[in-house]
Amino acid sequence: MIWFQLLYVYLKIGILGFGGGYAMLSLIQEDVVDRYQWISLQEFTDIVAISQMTPGPIGINSATYIGYTAIHNAGYSETVAILGSCLTTFAVCLPSFLLVLLISFFFSKFKNNKYVEAAFMGLRPATVGLIAAAALMLMNKENFIDYKSFLIFGGAFILTWKFKIHPILMILMAGVAGLILYW
Amino acid sequence: MYWTLFLTFVKIGMFTIGGGYAMLPLIQRDVVDRGWMTKEEFIDVFSVAQSLPGIFAVNIAIFVGYKIRKTWGGIACALGTILPSFVIMLLIALFFTQVKDNVWVEKIFKGLRPAVVALIAVPCITTARSIKLTYLQLIIPIGAALLIWLGNVSPAWIILAAIGGGLVYGLNRRK
Repeated sequence: MIWFQLLYVYLKIGILGFGGGYAMLSLIQEDVVDRYQWISLQEFTDIVAISQMTPGPIGINSATYIGYTAIHNAGYSETVAILGSCLTTFAVCLPSFLLVLLISFFFSKFKNNKYVEAAFMGLRPATVGLIAAAALMLMNKENFIDYKSFLIFGGAFILTWKFKIHPILMILMAGVAGLILYW
Repeated sequence: MYWTLFLTFVKIGMFTIGGGYAMLPLIQRDVVDRGWMTKEEFIDVFSVAQSLPGIFAVNIAIFVGYKIRKTWGGIACALGTILPSFVIMLLIALFFTQVKDNVWVEKIFKGLRPAVVALIAVPCITTARSIKLTYLQLIIPIGAALLIWLGNVSPAWIILAAIGGGLVYGLNRRK
């Protein structure tokens, strides 16, 4: 059963994941954390943090990690759990693959297509809302444990927004800040 | 040739940290400078890949691979892009559960979690500015965020509604 759930969830993410990695987060979180509870919200936040420091897109990173963890937590061995991560990674890429093959046949028609352009008039502003929802849902008591959390958040926000600090550097600085503040 | 495509995209997947857009200069250098695609073709592929759902870097990889060597080329490039992050995340999944309760790791992550929220909040603002939303249009993202956050509406419905709304508005406006 869990295999079908993983397949369904990641196919859905592959089909509906418009607007890039951050916009995809609320879609991933809804099923993986809230609905099926494969990982906790804290662990989900940790994966996003790890994804900032490791190579590759956040969609693949989360699929691989969650596929493994969900199957392992369901009581399967580590070897079987690796199959779980293969399944989710495959599932999240499959819709892309089929779409690209389809579009390659009709490439000239798809480019500047009026239906695609019209759909994006709605999708573009909605993407901003999806990213905002991901940020709001992570702003909870598990991730913001005391006033120090708000200090780190404020500092990271200003450094990223105004000073354009690179996300990897930001993550490293936040890790050091955690070590010092929670000494 | 498949092997070359695969290895090229392994390299691209390995050296791009923090998402799809960081990959572009690397992909362009390898693909355009080797003469696999012209710059115009690459820009076309880029703009179409952006409007597709799914993982942007994977979409680009499949497009490029397909242009060069059809279906199997697409598969080779997609596998190459996926492989580095797949292996690294698998190692982290195997290893992270054993260290995450360590006191030091816990302290580091207490610092990381609020920063991650900031890293998501900032692109939200910059995206809103770059697509030049009017104050009236701001209702769409604010409404969408509130429905998901407080109304427990599935993001899937928001996306479908946005596509539907865009089609109705965009196609009628043209007439």
